[in-house]
Amino acid sequence: MAIYGTALLALCTLLGAALGEVLGVALHVKANVGGVGIAMLLLIAAKAWLARQGKLTPGLRLGVEFWAVMYIPIVVAMAAQQNVLAAVEGGPMVVIAGVGAVTLCFALVAVLGRVMGRRHG
Amino acid sequence: MGEIAQKILADQGLVLAFALVGALMWASAALSRHLTAGRIHASAIAILAALALAWWGGVLTGGKKGLADVPGFAGLALMGGAMLRDFAIVATAFEVDVVEARKAGLMGVIALALGTIVPFVLGVGVAWSFGYRDAVSLTTLGAGTVTYIVGPVTGAALGASSPVIALSIATGVLKAVLVMTATPMVARLIGLDNPRSAMAFGGLMGTVSGVAGGLAATDQRLVPYGALTATFHTGIGCLVCPSIFFLIVRALT
Repeated sequence: MAIYGTALLALCTLLGAALGEVLGVALHVKANVGGVGIAMLLLIAAKAWLARQGKLTPGLRLGVEFWAVMYIPIVVAMAAQQNVLAAVEGGPMVVIAGVGAVTLCFALVAVLGRVMGRRHG
Repeated sequence: MGEIAQKILADQGLVLAFALVGALMWASAALSRHLTAGRIHASAIAILAALALAWWGGVLTGGKKGLADVPGFAGLALMGGAMLRDFAIVATAFEVDVVEARKAGLMGVIALALGTIVPFVLGVGVAWSFGYRDAVSLTTLGAGTVTYIVGPVTGAALGASSPVIALSIATGVLKAVLVMTATPMVARLIGLDNPRSAMAFGGLMGTVSGVAGGLAATDQRLVPYGALTATFHTGIGCLVCPSIFFLIVRALT
């Protein structure tokens, strides 16, 4: 049943969000700390457990995978509701800080990928 | 006739958003195939078009939610909101290769640390050069360079002025938009073609919407790895910016 997959996904997302909030409160932070990441780890663990039990049915997979492939359209909808106008009209300080940070971080991705990649052979 | 159209616009917001995004993706796929011979990813074109529409929506309404502020397109706010976005990101974890993810663990941590420190220092430096001298404003503007959530959270915690908070949000949003649009162009240059570098990318760029959009437009298979690290970024930023980073900035000013 596809709904089992979607319900499993919902359960992991909710648990992750709750744990992220708990972590935020524990660290005195006004934000959810890693909720989505925790939820992803829960889902990975749940999938491994179901596979071992032989309960990873095609229907269940469909209930999760549908949402995984809907991800890009959802990101497109997300892009359509960004405050692009404010970002464009923020003035030179905003542009310099934004462009500078992104350029620097892109360079660091290359450096980190190369350095760590070599270490792992 | 007009009444019926209005009723449908009002009652079927989310369904309308599905149809709209579907049409946008279809047009982008056609453009990608015929104009660029598939060289520019259809999702990259769709995201760019969506950002352009968001700009247009902002001009039209003066609101903060891009195209979703235009009545009739309000369903986009639900479809592209944080709830469904996070739900779909979690779903992508179903295809994660656990061995690959584990191998990149240390790199993810290093990337997260660098991804918080480097933008913050840069943001503070730029704010300094634009004449800001008080620790609260400097920290808030530096935090905005981390992500557009860290900026206002830090500003609110420290009691920064409203224009400074607005500037910090604008910096973060610009960063997210730049990451979405530039990632597919620089992907090959920075070696963004495997799960490990995707995890470094997620930790360094941080902004979940930027990472999500950027990776989606580059290679869909990399999305879960980038999201896995990026999701910790905002939390860590909200943790260290108003505390340790603020104390350091105050000691230096």
